[in-house]
Amino acid sequence: MAVPLPLPPPGPQFVLRGTQSAVNALHFGGGAQAQGRQLLFSGSQSGLVHIWSLQTRRTVATLDGHGGQSVTWLQMLPQSHQLLSQGRDLRLCLWDLAEGRNAIVDSVCLESVAFCRSSVLAEGQARWLLALPGKGSDEVRTSTTDALHSPNHQVQILEMPSKTSVCTLKPEADAKPGMPMCLGLWQAESSPRPLLLAGYEDGSVALWDVWERKVCSRVSCHEEPVMGLDFDSQKARGVSGSAGKALAVWSLNGQQALQVCSTHQLTNPGISDITVRPDRKILATAGWDHRIRVFHWRTMKPLAVLAFHSASVHCVAFATNGLLAAGSKDQRISIWSLYQRT
Amino acid sequence: MDPALSVVRLTVREAIHTLSSSEDCGLILSTLRFLKRYLGETEDPALPEEQEEFATVHFSAFLRCLVIKLSPVWLELSPDGQLEELWDSFFLKGPADQAFLVLMEALESTAGPSFCLMKMAQLLANFLSQRRMAALMEEQCRPQKKPGFTLLQETLLNKVVGLPDHLGNRLQQDNLALFFPQNYFPLLGEEVVRVLQGIVDALRGGLDCSVSFMSRVLGKICIQGRQKEILDVLVPQLTVLTQGSCLWQRVCWRLMEQVPDRTMEAVLIGLVEATPGPEVLSRLLGNLVVKSKKAQFVMTQKLLFLQYQHTTPMLQSLLGYLAMDSQRRPLLIQALKELLETWGSSSAVRHAPVTQQHYLSAAILICLAHLREPELRDSQDELLASMMAGVKCHLDSSLPTVRRLGMIVAEIISSQIHPEGPPLKFQYEDDELSRELLALAIPGTSDSSTVLAGGSAPAPTASETLAKTMDDGVESANGSDPQVGPQGSDSDLDSDDEFIPYDMSGDIELKSNKAPLYVRDCMEVLTSSEDMERWEAALRALEGLVYRSPEATREVSVELAKVLLHLEERTCVSGFEGLRQRALVAVIVMDPARVAEYLTSQFYALNYSLRQRLDILDVLTLSAQELSRPGHLKRPTQQVSCGSGAPVLATSQADCTGVSGWRTVVEERIRSKTRRFSKGFPRRELASSPSEFNSVAGYFFFPLIQHFDRPLVTFDLLGDDQLVLGRLTHTLAALMYLAINTTVAVSMGKALLEFVWVLRFHVDIYVRRGLLSAVSSILLSVPAERLLGDLSDELLEARSWLADVAEKDVDEDCREQAVRALLLLERLKDRLLPLSH
Repeated sequence: MAVPLPLPPPGPQFVLRGTQSAVNALHFGGGAQAQGRQLLFSGSQSGLVHIWSLQTRRTVATLDGHGGQSVTWLQMLPQSHQLLSQGRDLRLCLWDLAEGRNAIVDSVCLESVAFCRSSVLAEGQARWLLALPGKGSDEVRTSTTDALHSPNHQVQILEMPSKTSVCTLKPEADAKPGMPMCLGLWQAESSPRPLLLAGYEDGSVALWDVWERKVCSRVSCHEEPVMGLDFDSQKARGVSGSAGKALAVWSLNGQQALQVCSTHQLTNPGISDITVRPDRKILATAGWDHRIRVFHWRTMKPLAVLAFHSASVHCVAFATNGLLAAGSKDQRISIWSLYQRT
Repeated sequence: MDPALSVVRLTVREAIHTLSSSEDCGLILSTLRFLKRYLGETEDPALPEEQEEFATVHFSAFLRCLVIKLSPVWLELSPDGQLEELWDSFFLKGPADQAFLVLMEALESTAGPSFCLMKMAQLLANFLSQRRMAALMEEQCRPQKKPGFTLLQETLLNKVVGLPDHLGNRLQQDNLALFFPQNYFPLLGEEVVRVLQGIVDALRGGLDCSVSFMSRVLGKICIQGRQKEILDVLVPQLTVLTQGSCLWQRVCWRLMEQVPDRTMEAVLIGLVEATPGPEVLSRLLGNLVVKSKKAQFVMTQKLLFLQYQHTTPMLQSLLGYLAMDSQRRPLLIQALKELLETWGSSSAVRHAPVTQQHYLSAAILICLAHLREPELRDSQDELLASMMAGVKCHLDSSLPTVRRLGMIVAEIISSQIHPEGPPLKFQYEDDELSRELLALAIPGTSDSSTVLAGGSAPAPTASETLAKTMDDGVESANGSDPQVGPQGSDSDLDSDDEFIPYDMSGDIELKSNKAPLYVRDCMEVLTSSEDMERWEAALRALEGLVYRSPEATREVSVELAKVLLHLEERTCVSGFEGLRQRALVAVIVMDPARVAEYLTSQFYALNYSLRQRLDILDVLTLSAQELSRPGHLKRPTQQVSCGSGAPVLATSQADCTGVSGWRTVVEERIRSKTRRFSKGFPRRELASSPSEFNSVAGYFFFPLIQHFDRPLVTFDLLGDDQLVLGRLTHTLAALMYLAINTTVAVSMGKALLEFVWVLRFHVDIYVRRGLLSAVSSILLSVPAERLLGDLSDELLEARSWLADVAEKDVDEDCREQAVRALLLLERLKDRLLPLSH
């Protein structure tokens, strides 16, 4: 039987231009309480956060709170109008966007100068956990020369909005994983224990038990620093991408041990972000090779290579309705509609 | 005289008298019934001797009398149709040969459309449908002792085979369907099988029989061109009958052997066409080729060398037949030798049509598939010599098909003759032709059983895959798919159908971006850089740079053209040829006069490879095309970047040259000539602009046409380098065509016509094709008035040459092109005639 010729890859649904600098972070907001007004937040190299309306495809507002330093991470708190933004000015700002306001309500100082993005675990507005790179302010700096205990190698967990430090996760004395590069805070459905997945500079992914402040499991899945990870808590399976030429899929067994399921070779090295779609059907990677790659999440079958950007893609994000957004160094944000159930 | 015989004579005489005089129905009926006793069909038949005498002596005369009496009035004498029935029965029951002859004779002599004619035609139809023809022919197969029977057989033969013609002539519009050749000959085929069955039975019974009459019938039918009708009936039946019976086979062989030499060819060709494979052919023919000189000539010479319209399965049957018996195998080896000799003769390669060369090659490959290496050992040297000569002249040919044939055949011959030696391997495109030929060379596929099996093979595989997919479906529906782990939730049940991967061929490794930004930098990198990545990036960027910066390009144009012309592929860059070509085209377009002057001068310079000279021709054509396109400067990069496909006018493969090109031209012309009333708004017209080619056409054309007859040490257009000459003629034709509406077109046309006149009898087909397209371009490009005014003599000469080519050229394409040019010429005349009035 003849194999039908594959379709050529689709083009973007539309493209958002006007950030006037590289796009480093994307986050879909709005959702249910926004009454159909779907918003996209983008954080740029020039320190601005743009809020885009996906209906009009124009910026609704621009937030300037990082003093011209690049914005690296954006996250909306669920069930609220509050936006978290992390900037290279070592500040993490909490914005109140309700009723058209755009004011900084609170901010946290970061200790780490690395590029690691923070992570949030929130059940409600009242109390949520924030994982951010760097050590807590209450820790006494024992020795400045001790690389292992330099703030850049640690992860701090804060309880918000009170900003009380829960703990600081320091790597064991004998392990030298380097700096954390990406974080993922999550909670199994069965237990209330918060867990943290962290990808490190040496290419390993570690699972931390936050309450016990210890590493449950660590798996070395890349040769190069881990650049991004995402975890599907239902299937207890996660995926990580690195500066190298491979994606790694790992899973968590009942004994809280990580193990590598498979690796997938890419044509060109370098992944800057990786995201599984909320419905856990497909995942997308942002590649240094200017391309967005889409895989089937269960089988990891490559589905599409989207070549639109003319420079590295820095971030990919999925909306709850399945829309895919990618931000690139070429200052454009492309919006794609792929494998949508209609 | 024997009194008993005279009784018969008396009875017959009396009966004839009664018939001719009496009007009494009862009397006539009783007379006829009495006579019918002699046919032996009644309750009290006459004595055998009487019957014998009646049949041999009196039957014809009596039938003639019956024919004379036939009229509507006479038949009406007995109203219940008894008379008519009796009348018919004499023809249908009596000796078939005489009845048939009398009937045919009567049909000949009866006048025009009439009752009698129709009645007799009807009777003849009955005669045929009652299987009397088989009886007639069977009678002829008995041992004959009668005097003059050869004459009788000859007459019968003519009448039997010529029946459709005779009846068609006589009955004209009223002819019965049964007498149409397409119905009659299959019927005759059935009858022949029946007769042969009778002969086989008789032989079993120990009787003597001869099939020579049948052979003659068969031969005569075939030579009249009705092989298909009769053999399509005969061959399948004989195939079945000869399957297990030696007697049947012997009868069949005898039947074929007895076919007269004169008609042998027609029978054999029909038979080879109709048989499904060599086994059947071998069963039907036996060792005919060994016994009959004529058959041998037809099978080993005529079918292989003199005719080439036959299909490949037919060739396979024929050669397979030769290979099937040890007595015939020497003939196969002999045929292979002769085939290879012809294949290796340079004159044959040059003058034979391509289809015949294809046919020969297929025959050689089939021979080789049947022969084993030990058999070839004796004639190894001879075969090798023919092959080497053949490869040389095939590769020399300027037609790609002929070259490819040479490569394929040479590869297979060498692998057969020297299976242990290093294999000969050419690079050729894997297309339908090569696949077909290569399939022929695989031993085993050429016999019919595997061919048949191959035909039915896809069916089981298809059902197999269907079953398999169904199994898969069941399996995944049961959830036993091993890939679905224990964690398989509802979301895992979704099929992958909705996740069809997109085309990922564009996912290639990213090259670092080192492309230079200026034309001069590019040139420097191309000449001196050792950094291959940079070199490649420069090559890729060059075309765009040239179009973007016209001034900078003009400053260095000739130098840049020189660099590009001498550029060699240093690393394996995909699409190197195309990149270089497009860059060169861009340079010419930017600075046509100087670069074209440089390139045309280099075309005739020393120390260039053929490849470079061909490249020069290609880029000149392409850039001329680009320049003559209206408004080409408005979107140059866009146009060129999408042109990754082969350019229209200057593709390297001559066969497909300009097919789509002329089609668009024709469509364009039709569109311009068609007036559409229904269209409400006229379409927005293209902005008109002067053709850029106008001012520079001369720089492209004249330097190329001037020096072709001056051979250099390394380059001799009129000698060995005829491939380049062919390309040159095509290039000139294209330039001429592109020079439409330019002022220089008239002088170009004049020069080109002279050029054509000099080369018109060139032996190379490719050159001739180029010349013909040159003539067509002249007719299209030069204004009609000027053609007649300035070039009338040349046109007349060209016209007679065209007529000659259209009629006699061996190449089909050449003939077609000549006809096209003649049509253009004709149209030119039509356009001018109204002016003269």
